[in-house]
Parts: sequence; C-alpha cells; structure tokens
Amino acid sequence: MTVTPTKPADLLVPAKGAKTAPSRRKRINGKQVLAIWLFLVPAAVLGLYFKFIPMVEGIRLSLFKVQPFLGDVFVGFDNYVNVLTDARFMDALGHTVVLGVSQTLGALVVGFVLALLLEGQARSLWVLRTTIFLPVVTALAVVGEIWRILYFPTADGPLNTILGWVGLEPLQFLNGTDTALWSIAVVGIWSGAPYNMVIILAGLTGVDRTLYESAGVDGATVWQRLRYITLPALRPSIVIVLTLAAIRSLRSFTEVYVLTGGGPAGSTEVWMTRMYSLGFQRNDVGVASAAAVLLLVVTLLLTVGTQFLARRKAER
Amino acid sequence: MSQTTTRPAARKSQPSASSRFDSALGWSPRFGTNMALRIILCILVFCIFALPFMAIISGAFDRNSSPTDISLLPKSFTLQNFEAAQQQGLWGYLLNSLVVAGGGLLLQMTVSVFAAYSLSRKKFRGQAFAMLLVLMTMMLPEEVIAIPLSLVLGDLPLLGVSLRGSVLAVILPVGIWGFSIFIMSEFMKEIPAEIEEAARLDGVGEFRMLFTIILPLCKPALGVIGIFGFMMVWDQYLLPLIAANDPSDYTLTVALSVLRNDTTVGPGVLLAGAVMAMIPSLLVYLFLQRSMIRGITAGATKG
Repeated sequence: MTVTPTKPADLLVPAKGAKTAPSRRKRINGKQVLAIWLFLVPAAVLGLYFKFIPMVEGIRLSLFKVQPFLGDVFVGFDNYVNVLTDARFMDALGHTVVLGVSQTLGALVVGFVLALLLEGQARSLWVLRTTIFLPVVTALAVVGEIWRILYFPTADGPLNTILGWVGLEPLQFLNGTDTALWSIAVVGIWSGAPYNMVIILAGLTGVDRTLYESAGVDGATVWQRLRYITLPALRPSIVIVLTLAAIRSLRSFTEVYVLTGGGPAGSTEVWMTRMYSLGFQRNDVGVASAAAVLLLVVTLLLTVGTQFLARRKAER
Repeated sequence: MSQTTTRPAARKSQPSASSRFDSALGWSPRFGTNMALRIILCILVFCIFALPFMAIISGAFDRNSSPTDISLLPKSFTLQNFEAAQQQGLWGYLLNSLVVAGGGLLLQMTVSVFAAYSLSRKKFRGQAFAMLLVLMTMMLPEEVIAIPLSLVLGDLPLLGVSLRGSVLAVILPVGIWGFSIFIMSEFMKEIPAEIEEAARLDGVGEFRMLFTIILPLCKPALGVIGIFGFMMVWDQYLLPLIAANDPSDYTLTVALSVLRNDTTVGPGVLLAGAVMAMIPSLLVYLFLQRSMIRGITAGATKG
C-alpha cells in the first residue's frame, strides 16, 4: 500500500533534488512536523471517539452481561454462545445470506443488461441513463416508502394491478411470509442495478472496438462476441465490485427495517435487524454486542481475504 | 484513446458497417426491427425505474391519494398534503436533515482534505500505520458499532458530555469517513512534487499551500467526495435513529416511518414527505452528476 504511491515522487527526486532536499527538510522540520500532526488531529479525534472507542467498547460489552443499574457482570463467551445457539439469529443468518446473494447477483445481472442496452453516445441514451440512476441517489428510506406503496397487498395495489393485466394472481408481497424476503431483494436490485450499470458501462468503453469488428468478420454471433470478448474484458472490475457488494450486504439494515421491520413472523429478519431489536428494544446489550463483533469479524475476514486473493491474482 | 478519436471519421465514411460495432450488442443506428426492439426495451426500462417516482410525486400532489388508486398525474391537484405535512412537523424534520447534511458534509470534507494532505503530501514516521487506520474505518461499518456508539453518544468518554438529541450527535460521527480520506489522498498523490517545491521556495506556509496551491488542483476529487459524502450523510438512518432523544430530533428519512405508523396521517402526507426527502438528493445529483460517475468508475478500478 505504501510502496506504490511514493513511486512517482521517488522517481522525480533523485535527478535534481537529492542534495537540496535534506537541507531544506532540516530547516523547516519542526514546523513541518507540527503541521502534519495538526492536519491529522481532526480526523484522529473523530476517528477515536466515533470509531475506535465504540469498537473497543463493543468488544468489551460483548463479554459482559450488561445491566444498567446493577453493574455489569463478566460472563466470558456466554453471549457468543447465546448468539450462535439462538434459533432466531440462525434464521437471520440464513435470510442475510439469501438476501445478500440474490441482491448482489440480481443487481449485477440487471446492471449488465442495462449497460448493454444503454451503451452508446446518443444524447437520448444519456438522458435515459441519468433518469435510471435516480434510485441510486434516492435515500434508502425513501426507496423503501416508495416500494411499500407499490407493493400494496390488495388486488388493486399498484403492482398487483399490473400483475392482473398479465393474468396473474395478486401477491401478498411484503405481507406474505413466502414472498417478503424476495420482495426486499427486488427493491435491492432495483436500487443497486443502475450503480453496477455505470461501472459496466465504463468497462464497456474500454473494450477494443476492433475486436468486435474482427469477430464480425469471422462471423461470430452476438452471443459469442459477448462471451469471448466483452465478458473477459469486464471481469477484473466486476469481480471486486461483486465481492465488496456481497460483503456490504451482510450488514443491510435500512431497507429491511423500513420495508418489513423483520416481519411478517420473522420471515425477513436479518442479522442487523435482530441485533437492533435485541440491543435497542430489549436492551440485551451484551448479546447484541456479541452479534456485532461476530459480524465485524466476518466482514474483516471476507474483506481482507478478497483483497488478498485479488492482489495475488494481480501479481500472477 | 486513438481508437476513439479515429472513430467519428470512420463512422461517417462507412455508416452501416462500422457503427454496428460501437456497442457490445451491435445496436444498429438505422431504423429497423433492431432499433424498434431497442426503443421498446428502453421504454420498458424507463417505466420500471422512473415511473415509481412519477407515481409518488403525483400522489403527493393529489387530493385523495391512496396506494390503491395511483396515477401518473394527480387527478385533482392540490398542495394540501404539504400543508398537512407542516402540521405534522415535517418541515422541522427537513430542517434537521438539511442541518445535519450541510454540517456533516462540511465537516467531513474539511477533515478529509486535512487528513489527506498530511497522508499524501508528507512523509513521517507512522504514516503507513495512519493510512492503515483510515482503511480500517472504511471496512468498519458504522452499523456494526451502532450499539456502543449510542452509548458513547450518550456519554462522551473523558468529556462526560451527552450529545444525544443534538444535531452534533449525527454531524460529528459522519465527520470521519475513510472512503473520502482515501479518495482525496489518492488524488493528492498524483500532484507533481515540483509544484509544491516551487511554492515552498517562495515561502508559502502550510495552510496557504493547501488552500491556494493543492486544493484548486483537486477540484475533481472534491466533487467526488462532495457527492458521495452527501449521499452517505443523507442516507443515514440508523445513526439519527439512535442519536435522537425524542422523535422531534429525527431527520426526515427517519421521520417517514414514524408518519407511516401514525394512523391519523394519510398516505398523501407521507408521499409529500417522501418527495421532500427526494428533492435535495435529486438537486445534488443533477449538479454533481459527472463527479458521481467519475467516483463510481474510480472506485471500481481501484477496488
């Protein structure tokens, strides 16, 4: 991380500045050092108070039975055992993974289709791309409210009306235990796909046009062109974005909380909503903290792991 | 690059053959079944992604809006939903949101610029470690630390002050964001050292160096951290929820779900609130669209 960025500066300096640099540095050293730390102070203070102290505090709390007025009791790893043996947490884990995978893959596929459809220089396409991007910039809470209305579960609700036009039975959407999780996934795809579209569009402009032409000369079908030219060119950026999106989905909270609040009958409860209801509504801070630490550990492991794999691949 | 510059000439001389290869799917620029198909698909896409917004906006201006009777244009235009929204205190929530977003974004950008300047333009012991900490805060999702954070907000360690119920409880925590420090310092690294050296020979101090020499060269990066920061702050949901003492401290996004659960409030008011929450992000997006696209693509290539 630190080696690569300094490279350009190092390359520039030796030719002319090798001798002058040290003397100058000596002269303003005190001032320079002061400035460096002065500039870092705001970030350090805020980071300390709102990132690191809470993190350490969270780890500490996860080892205690937290009682507001009776004093905390050290319980070792009991809270972790509680989380891992709690059926509702395990259900939540399953929902989190299903939701994460379906949202991530769905948003990627839809984003890819959108990019292929809307690729081009024409102004009308640009306008359409700009419009389509709206779900991404809209706050998730607002997106949730919009979809609660679209999903209105009576037969004359907006989406059920459309289902009626094509001759399908009305669905319960967010109110049905079978459909609620998938309904949330659709919202995630809807608000995530345009983002992926932009990434893929950027990748598409980087594809060598002469490859398309020569493929055309060789009589390749559109499908073959996609499979053997476009996809390989897009792979590097997609892989990283995909994994990061998947990891991020582990902690999805807002959309679930706004759309269903974990219901009906816990059918959409994810890790974060379970944690929230334990920690803030039932004040079981110790167990909720243990759940948070577990989520943190998994997130860190996955992030570091994918970064490591990506780097090793790049080196090869 | 040379590819793209030679492109228009080639297209002019040979319209049908070469422009077919301008897109991965080979969309034809001429009228025909291929184009008709594309137009139909585009309309479908437009309906899926844009019509929900139109329906919401129309509902917000409709006299008797209801989820079961939604239309793309208000049937009887009225502003009474917004007047009712005022009685529900929605404008107060909007004000909360704007204060939080403005203050939070300002703080976040200032902190990021300062930190990035130090991390990218200087060399000092412990720099690698400091950068590692920044990257860690990027990985450390704010949701995960929500519970201890709410405790910290209620009783700041060492200071013993409670921030709960004040806008600072949201503004200060969003002030530190690894992503924007990272983007900013990556960009500042690209600025040639000669520019700085020349200025330093003229006796320019650190603050002037940052504000008059470095920052003007960072406009693209400022745009990126501006719009991403705004979206990050505006999208905050859990933080305002746990930072509030009572519902009047909520931001607009959080207040929407309160309104929804209030049976005395009609859907029209809720929709008016949703529209109010949409407009600021819409404006910011329209103004900083280029930065948005630049940021997304940069993030994708950098990982």
